[in-house]
Amino acid sequence: MPTWSSGEFAEIADMTSQAKPSLKPGLLAVEDLSIAFKTEKGTLLAVDQVSYQIEAGKTLGMVGESGCGKSTTALALMGLLPSSASVSGQAHFFGEQLFAQTQAQWRRVRGNRMAMIFQEPMTALNPVIQIGEQISETLFLHQGLTGKVAMDRAIEMLDEVGIASARTRAAAYPHQLSGGMRQRAMIAMALACRPQLLIADEPTTALDVTIQAQIVELMLELQDRIGMSIQFISHNLGVVSELADNIVVMYAGRIVERAPAALLFSQARHPYSVGLIQTLPNLKHRQAQLPVIPGGMPHLGSALQGCRFADRCQRVVTQCREQVPALISIGPEHDVACFRADA
Amino acid sequence: MMCISSTPPLLQVDHLAVHFPMARASWFQRGPSPVLQAVADVSFHILPGETLALVGESGCGKTTLGRALVGLHASIQGSIRFKGQDLATMSPTQRQQTRRSVQMIFQDPYESLNPRLPVSDVITEPLLIHGLGGGAERADRARDLIAQVGLPVDALNRYPHQFSGGQRQRIAIARALGPEPELIVADEPLSALDVSIQSQILNLMSQLREERGLSYLFISHDLSAVHHLADRVAVMYLGHLVELAPRSELFDNPGHPYTRALIDAIPQIGQGRRSRGRTIQGDLPSPLNPPTGCAFHPRCPKVQAICKTQAPLLQPAAQGGGQQWVACHFKD
Repeated sequence: MPTWSSGEFAEIADMTSQAKPSLKPGLLAVEDLSIAFKTEKGTLLAVDQVSYQIEAGKTLGMVGESGCGKSTTALALMGLLPSSASVSGQAHFFGEQLFAQTQAQWRRVRGNRMAMIFQEPMTALNPVIQIGEQISETLFLHQGLTGKVAMDRAIEMLDEVGIASARTRAAAYPHQLSGGMRQRAMIAMALACRPQLLIADEPTTALDVTIQAQIVELMLELQDRIGMSIQFISHNLGVVSELADNIVVMYAGRIVERAPAALLFSQARHPYSVGLIQTLPNLKHRQAQLPVIPGGMPHLGSALQGCRFADRCQRVVTQCREQVPALISIGPEHDVACFRADA
Repeated sequence: MMCISSTPPLLQVDHLAVHFPMARASWFQRGPSPVLQAVADVSFHILPGETLALVGESGCGKTTLGRALVGLHASIQGSIRFKGQDLATMSPTQRQQTRRSVQMIFQDPYESLNPRLPVSDVITEPLLIHGLGGGAERADRARDLIAQVGLPVDALNRYPHQFSGGQRQRIAIARALGPEPELIVADEPLSALDVSIQSQILNLMSQLREERGLSYLFISHDLSAVHHLADRVAVMYLGHLVELAPRSELFDNPGHPYTRALIDAIPQIGQGRRSRGRTIQGDLPSPLNPPTGCAFHPRCPKVQAICKTQAPLLQPAAQGGGQQWVACHFKD
């Protein structure tokens, strides 16, 4: 197996191809996505050879800590990365290669067939435009609805996401709504054009636990009704567990494990996934000391060799520091990137 | 509230209220200016070595309560007694001494550390303020403290921006430990941190508690962390305590419908999809215009006519052996 050094993408592509057998064709197929940022201190590889698929009507949970590349991946799919980013790899959305699109083509997809909601609705919504107006704008751009027709549809959407007295609320500005209500308004906007894929980037992180539970319920309910697929990005394993059909765990820009939700929680094999699950305080089983993952995330700009988790891993062997473990299939629909997954 | 145990409490809070006068909505508005009641008639105690958790949604007044205890809000009503001494009637020397014994850890370690000071100065500043030791002694103390929170000694020469969030929270803990406090008010110390780092800080907090016999007021909205760390739990809703109970009683048999709602809202891993219809509806009402009667009644699944007119008092429930106090007309 080849040793990895930054730039040798072709070699790694060979390695990741071993993982492909467990992928099924779907609505979105991301293949070998790598995203690098040019910074003053050199190139920073934020996302490294990431491949995954989302099936129609299903929810993919993407889990990892800050800096693992999960948000960057989402922004790339929406074509929202800054010009300092260089993207390689492919993303097929209904067979169309997203990264080969012109800006005009991208605008037709974005907000229409594919929509995104963000962590902090207060910064994602326009503070000086009324909520109803903001939703109408999407409907005008993608469906050509104007005036009263668009506004009525916007009010219907607000009603659909559980905002009481939707007609009055449509005239409210974002600051007049509570955090949970703002997130509902953002979901209404994202779903206005009935997208086939909804990308939700930490949509509940800024919310209270009670409101978080409300939003999770709402998303499950809307998925039943509308049938969209969801890519749900979160650092919170609990929330992801309550929504996702399949889960990918990311660490420092790479996918370290990929499995159906139930399988991951019962039989996680990557030391990082195992650590993440064990490290959460458990209501049923209280321990004096919580198991911890020592240390912190490595800096992505530094010359990384071998497995990026090696410095925090308890099962580390010499091989881990020299070679990058490929994401390989270890069971039906279960892929792990670890030399010591059997240990 | 009475102190039930025979040990004298470290901290005794009685009928504490904090309110903020607000600006009038319009220049033409008549009458008195509106008042925001952030904390209303709150009583509790903390024993030596005990960890009391304070939980509730954002805006419920838990941070205001914590800040009032360390003297960061000047105008308060009610009494705060530390080792039997009322803070309001203490001599300035005694108050200084008490402030030394009650330290605080803040939520966001990116904002609570002075970016212009090297870590050594961040940690020794409280020692300087309280006149503890000479220069060389303080430097020794800083080296001890930084080691106790699990950071290398060379961290002292660096600046806060050179550390990750978890490391900064360790520095904030070292700073709080400096004056050898007996009580630490920790205001959401985990919420700005990554999951794998949260458990490191939780472990550090419980380890320090064992080693030094510290008491904590642990303010958090994360009930899993509260379950892990707390001996007793106080649940706050719109400025009022609605339940106060030992940890296991509270989690096993919550007396207040709001406590139950908070526990139900905790996401559970590996249980499959969230079952619908068990989530509490609505938002926390505005504290400027609180509901009549029980503040929780607009969201309560058990609401009756009496709840809309009469505010329930915090009283011992039938269960919990007199240890579980609940403010609900239908607690039994």
